[in-house]
Amino acid sequence: MESILNPWPWYISGPLIALVMALLLYFGKTFGMSSNLRTMCSIAGAGKFADFFNFKWKDQVWNLTVVLGAIIGGFIATQYLSNNSGTDLNPSTVSELQSMGFKNPGQTLVPNEMYSLDVLASPKALILLVVGGLLVGFGTRYAGGCTSGHAITGLSSLQKPSLIAVIGFFIGGLIMANFILPLIF
Amino acid sequence: MKALKFLLVGIFFGIVLVKSEAVSWYRIYEMFRFQSFHMYGIIGTAIASGILFLQLSKRGAIKSIKGADIFVPKKEKGLIRYIVGGIIFGLGWALIGACPGPMYILLGTGVWSMVIVIAAAIFGTFIYGLLKDKLPH
Repeated sequence: MESILNPWPWYISGPLIALVMALLLYFGKTFGMSSNLRTMCSIAGAGKFADFFNFKWKDQVWNLTVVLGAIIGGFIATQYLSNNSGTDLNPSTVSELQSMGFKNPGQTLVPNEMYSLDVLASPKALILLVVGGLLVGFGTRYAGGCTSGHAITGLSSLQKPSLIAVIGFFIGGLIMANFILPLIF
Repeated sequence: MKALKFLLVGIFFGIVLVKSEAVSWYRIYEMFRFQSFHMYGIIGTAIASGILFLQLSKRGAIKSIKGADIFVPKKEKGLIRYIVGGIIFGLGWALIGACPGPMYILLGTGVWSMVIVIAAAIFGTFIYGLLKDKLPH
């Protein structure tokens, strides 16, 4: 039981993520989480503004069901399968983040400095969440996929477009973490 | 019930990503600072297992539930959309510490402000839909 309650090692987690992909392919579907953003646009009536959103979104209900499950899974994992042991980060990551003003690196899943509801009263945190969401939503559709569609499914099926996209993900991520975040915090 | 299996896959996915700490903002930061092997290990073993699964299915060892071949849709050819779109995505990923899957999962863990991120991501997708024909692909 202890080994379930503790964080899982990478060599267990990686194959289990591949299993998610394999199960969806086995059921005749694909593993792609960002497609749901397009589906939600479509349901909200975005088809009136752009043809891109005119498709039979009812064919995507299965994927929205995966999303609902993922939300429930997040709840189950934190409520019943965790011992609040925190994330065992590299000590130099911790001290670096502390010097940037993050109080408890690794004690929560996301920093309170960005996500706590008190912080939302400050325009800075609100702007960061909105800008980050916009970048992810726009970028993923422009690139035709996200981590699940390109990095896991695309690379597993040895597709060159996905390799280019994943290189792009890393260029963007490296710029943000190494050059922009230090300017923000 | 047809929907139940997708709900169960989603629940499993959510549990795995929380327990692997792949939904941790800090793990994403640490990865992009090259200060830990953890995320590289997860992504690397996921892809290695995925390759194994798809190679086995390609050789007919694994079939879909309906007995058909396992089918992975091909991505369109292109360069600009993948590199530029990828960079834009990466900037957002490292800022909010979550890609689309973890956004939903973190909501389930009780990060309520993720609603703002998800709404913004939906709006970002909407903006792409508006501009799609004007963008180089």
